[in-house]
Amino acid sequence: MSMNNSEWKPKIVAFCCNWCSYAGADLAGSSRLAYPADVKIIRVPCSCRVNPMFILRAFQKGADGVILCGCHPGDCHYSTGNYYARRRMTTLFSMLDFLGVEKNRTHVEWVSAAEGVKFSATMNKFIEQVRELGPNVRLEDIRCKQN
Amino acid sequence: MQAELIARAKALLADGTVARVLGWRKGDTDFNAEPAVFETAESLDEFVYDGFCGANLSKYMIKNSKLEGKTLVFLKPCDTYSFNQLIKENRINRDNTYIIAVGCYGKLDINKIKAAGNKAILSVAEEGATLKIHTAYGDAEMAREEAVLDRCKVCKGGKHVVYDELASFVDEEKPAAEGRFDEVKKLEAMKPEERFAFWQGELSRCIRCNACRNVCPACSCIKCIFDNNNYDAAQKVNTSSFEEQMFHIIRAWHVAGRCTDCGECSRVCPENIPLHLLNRKFISDINEFYGEFQAGEDTTSRAPLTNFTTDDVEPSIVKERG
Amino acid sequence: MFKITNDQMPKLLKAIAETKDLFLPINNNGVTNFGFYKEDCTPDLDTLRTVKSAKDAFFPQSEGLYAVTTEDGKFTISEEEYCNKDFVVFGVRPCDVRSFVVLDKVFLSDPVDTYYAARREHGIVVSLACHQPDESCFCATFDIDAAEPEADVAMWNIEGGYAWEAKTEKGQALTESIKALLEEADVAKEVETEKNCIRTILSVLPNSKLDVSAFGAGKTDDLFNSPMWTELSNACLGCGTCTFSCPTCQCYDIKDFNTGHGVSRYRCWDSCMYHDFTLCAHGTNRQTQMQRFRQRFMHKLVYFPDREGMFSCVGCGRCVDKCPQSLNIVKVIKRMGGNSNV
Repeated sequence: MSMNNSEWKPKIVAFCCNWCSYAGADLAGSSRLAYPADVKIIRVPCSCRVNPMFILRAFQKGADGVILCGCHPGDCHYSTGNYYARRRMTTLFSMLDFLGVEKNRTHVEWVSAAEGVKFSATMNKFIEQVRELGPNVRLEDIRCKQN
Repeated sequence: MQAELIARAKALLADGTVARVLGWRKGDTDFNAEPAVFETAESLDEFVYDGFCGANLSKYMIKNSKLEGKTLVFLKPCDTYSFNQLIKENRINRDNTYIIAVGCYGKLDINKIKAAGNKAILSVAEEGATLKIHTAYGDAEMAREEAVLDRCKVCKGGKHVVYDELASFVDEEKPAAEGRFDEVKKLEAMKPEERFAFWQGELSRCIRCNACRNVCPACSCIKCIFDNNNYDAAQKVNTSSFEEQMFHIIRAWHVAGRCTDCGECSRVCPENIPLHLLNRKFISDINEFYGEFQAGEDTTSRAPLTNFTTDDVEPSIVKERG
Repeated sequence: MFKITNDQMPKLLKAIAETKDLFLPINNNGVTNFGFYKEDCTPDLDTLRTVKSAKDAFFPQSEGLYAVTTEDGKFTISEEEYCNKDFVVFGVRPCDVRSFVVLDKVFLSDPVDTYYAARREHGIVVSLACHQPDESCFCATFDIDAAEPEADVAMWNIEGGYAWEAKTEKGQALTESIKALLEEADVAKEVETEKNCIRTILSVLPNSKLDVSAFGAGKTDDLFNSPMWTELSNACLGCGTCTFSCPTCQCYDIKDFNTGHGVSRYRCWDSCMYHDFTLCAHGTNRQTQMQRFRQRFMHKLVYFPDREGMFSCVGCGRCVDKCPQSLNIVKVIKRMGGNSNV
């Protein structure tokens, strides 16, 4: 694949919790706030539904960056789900860094249903970070490359 | 010390306290003793306890503690942490076990003796701080200290956290070794691309034999996620290097907060992959983020990853700490 | 006979690699395995045994069979090509050379495994006699002579380098192609000394020639129900270390991988020690680890002789060295058969 960074568009997978962040994304949409279409949102019941395998699988199947969005700590629909997610993602991200995967490819952001502006800003910022890193090669599976 | 253990085991078998004994059986060489169950006094004559009995017996107790009658098991200090952790996870029936705590001076690694240039080893004798090695090509000596397993160099100390009785040669006061996280720190100090190259080099040797998982006392799931046939990476090796990488990340993560750092994974790896570094990285992170924690030290506390506080650090700490 | 000096060896390897793929023992972070030659690799001809055997050369641990891709509702199938280029397997020990005979019995008998056959046809085996055998070697048990490799080219360690002798036409052709680097020399005497050395050491090793009279064709009824199996297999973890390091284990599984835009079908080694080995709709026919353990050794020592007239163990000793809990075929042979060297 011959693509230079200017025409290359990073693929982002965003896991969004159903109760806050997905609604935040909706609000961003209905408020006509722009964020690139390369963000693919996967709705999950709670941020703690996301197990580390989801993140790795996303990278394997072609994501260049993975972001997890959930309710603000203390606001979880199930009271405590995001507290567990927070510990899980902290340790997982640290491990990915330990294995030499660029740390800017992963991110967690707490976005409430009222924060459409924050959602679009977060996505724009994250995409920029990932764009700087270029395509994901350290966690890719060549079989999943198209072409 | 071996004679003392045999005598005690025979006595406990004879008076009916225990129905079987879980220990190590002499191999056909000095350095290949195997974990074994003894049910009669006569069979105990094959019992051995020496520097090569590195195997951690606690995981075998999952099976043995479910049998009728008590099982006597010999546990080294670090094995008791694994045992305690299994009690915490309700995998072992403590009432059905009788633990004799045995002392340990560091277990020997035959691969290190071989790496020192000894080929065709016919016998290895421990004489104090020296090993006398008899080979088909002549005799040699080496310092015992140079031949101990890597895990023993960062020993957790001589304390047994669970036992019914102590053998006479136990040194509960033996201090823990320094520098357990030195290797982790060394890697952390590298550049990301160097770390990536390091792990690629190591993990690319993985043959997916699953020995690390199967020996691990923390990996006690009846059915492992990697045994699921509806799932792309079920057990066997894949055509892409990604799967091996994922297997090791997920395996280490699944035991994070429960891993006692017993080091069995690295001991058994046929390809000498330093798998303990992955586990130790999680331990070091947990200590740093959520406070000092040693899995297996007690049987009641909540594991760090099944627990939380409202003011935990945010995942962005990974980026911020540089 | 030819001689190649130690300092010429890297040039020889490079010269071979220029025209053919070269598969040889390579050291990676202190561990030696067979791998393909690259300019910056560290060839290691001194290590007696690689962790994995040389069987990867003909029967790789995993290989793609074909891939299906979908686009606009259309399927495209792209088959994996057969090996069509000569390659050299270098530094194979005599036990591993014999393992190819065992694999041939399985893969070249009807129906022929075409992937294996293509590789076998194009592979040239350069074998190296076992300088300094190890205590876990027991190849003589199966009438393998560690001093006398039976390959396309045989090599021996001699003072300052290696002796080189082509044994087959393929071997001669390879010798011709790199003749400039070989030195014609009368090293027969030195080779004889090396052979004697090897045989002398083997004669003092405790397990070099085990008594296997209790095993072989027709012994199923004697051994299958032996109470020893329970005791022997008690500590077995059910990992695949023995199977994956074994030069003769030949079971494989075929799997599909969903790439998201198609399917990639591949085969990979399987292990009879795994509980999902040959899993069928009705479940598995070997329910306990004892049964799986028994299967592995009965297959090597009884069933295979029943069918093919030879043991399917070559005595390389890898499983002896590598079993995490020190269970191995030598212990099985000793406990169920004879306890002495013959």
